[in-house]
Amino acid sequence: MPSITREEVAHLARLARIELSDDELDHLAPQLDQIITLVGQVSQVAADDIPPTSHALPLTNVMRADEIVPCLTPEQALSGAPAVEEQRFRVPRILEED
Amino acid sequence: MTDLIRKTAAELADLMASKQASSVEITQAHLDRITAVDGDVRAFLHVDTEGALAQAKAVDDKRAAGEQLAPLAGVPLALKDVLTQEGVPTTAGSKILEGWKPPYDATVVKRLKAAGIVILGKTNMDEFAMGSSTENSAYGTTHNPWDLTRIPGGSGGGSSAAISAYEAPLAIGTDTGGSIRQPGAFTGTVGVKPTYGGTSRYGLIALASSLDTPGPCARTTLDAALLHEAIAGYDPMDSTSINQPVPAVVEAARNGDVAGLRIGVVKELGGDGYQPGVEARFHEAVELLTKLGAEVVEVSCPHFQYALPAYYLILPSEASSNLAKFDAMRYGLRVGDDGENSAEKVTALSREAGFGAEVKRRIILGTHALSSGYYDAYYGQAQKVRTLIARDFANAYEQVDVLVSPATPTTAFAIGDRIDDPIAMYKNDLCTIPSNLAGNAAASFPCGLADEDGLPVGFHVMAPVLRDDLLYKVGGALESALAEQWGGVLMTKAPELEVTR
Repeated sequence: MPSITREEVAHLARLARIELSDDELDHLAPQLDQIITLVGQVSQVAADDIPPTSHALPLTNVMRADEIVPCLTPEQALSGAPAVEEQRFRVPRILEED
Repeated sequence: MTDLIRKTAAELADLMASKQASSVEITQAHLDRITAVDGDVRAFLHVDTEGALAQAKAVDDKRAAGEQLAPLAGVPLALKDVLTQEGVPTTAGSKILEGWKPPYDATVVKRLKAAGIVILGKTNMDEFAMGSSTENSAYGTTHNPWDLTRIPGGSGGGSSAAISAYEAPLAIGTDTGGSIRQPGAFTGTVGVKPTYGGTSRYGLIALASSLDTPGPCARTTLDAALLHEAIAGYDPMDSTSINQPVPAVVEAARNGDVAGLRIGVVKELGGDGYQPGVEARFHEAVELLTKLGAEVVEVSCPHFQYALPAYYLILPSEASSNLAKFDAMRYGLRVGDDGENSAEKVTALSREAGFGAEVKRRIILGTHALSSGYYDAYYGQAQKVRTLIARDFANAYEQVDVLVSPATPTTAFAIGDRIDDPIAMYKNDLCTIPSNLAGNAAASFPCGLADEDGLPVGFHVMAPVLRDDLLYKVGGALESALAEQWGGVLMTKAPELEVTR
């Protein structure tokens, strides 16, 4: 019994906004199954009383003085855009037909 | 003066200071070397000939005008293509960023420029730094200069190959699970992962934000330390940057001395699965350090065996989030924008076309690990394992000053050997991953050639947070002692590359 099915991989790919071909799904699903079996070992290790560490450093919120500093110009910010119109990012339509 | 390419960065700096060579001459010699050998090595994705010569001339002009210059001013360097450099193509090894020119410099790049270091170009890497062999680059595999049929390691294979092919004396890499140290070990060069937060991540195209660390690659310990000092230090642009002085790494490298130093050999990093030639060179290096006055004991870090599974949950989880920004809207590749497809469909089509197999694999794994119902079992547990590994380190550092192990279980493997076996590929990083999870400083230093294949072996040193100087102390001592045996650093034993152009 695989720990992750081909259908679940297809669903995850949709959630991750990656269109996958059937060939890719055939290849990827068994590999992910193997990887998930390997990484699943972690569930056997830590007891309930072990606190999680999300980061190597103790993080605190960092604030700076509220001063105006130089930033990218609109031209610079738009320089890598696939499509630009009237000094804005031009994007495909957001709403579906239905 | 073709032997300029054989000089170390420190030697080149001395030549310039004594006016025996100019930065333009030195830079041109390296550009010529790239032209001559990079067709076979393929370390570079982009060579900035004009920009490099202009930077070199600027340094020469400043020197001629009597300006006070930084120690490495005028020395050329190869930059991993994951760091933004204003106006220079930056791809992170991915098709999704093909042709993108960043509008700003990463902090590391700013510091390189401020130090007068000449950036020759951008080096090849596994796509978004996901990989251990540089075979996952969308632009083709880099070849190991010691044996062109072998991989150079990954993800910073291009950076390490560039310095071991004498295309540059220095390079910058980034280390998320070993991507500086593992290619360093495979190419017989020095690779250092500074303490997490010791070098800025601003302008680094993020893979896993809680792990990524930029660091130096070089052919000698001193060169690595000089570069480390040039790029390290607090950066207000990075909220995880540590506001503490940079450890005295250059001094430690110059005075490599291990007398009285307590060194712990990690019991769990060796034995089954480790190539005999790798273990033999590692143990000889440990003996050598004992002869030099170090006190060596065995130390147990029982949770290190779970570092690999924890890492392969944490990294994909962070990566799936970081790479969500590649949505085809503000920069990068856009596919399927034909007026019919919605933005969501265009995003999915663009990510399908722009990402390679390993990137898709990890994004989907990360999406799974973070999804409702699995979060606690996978991601939450992995973060607990991280605590246990940090505790292992803390316990070990109560007994010893530094920990050591082989840098990799094997030497460089053949191109294509492991590409279809992700788990075999992931196991390359067994020794290097624990330091990333705990944020420790760590480095790989060349310690000889394996008997089976004549390929370089890396000696891995791990030190507590902000004790990066201890790495250089050990590396410096080992390098001097081994250079006496070998008649120079290990790189001098590398085969000559055929000059093809």
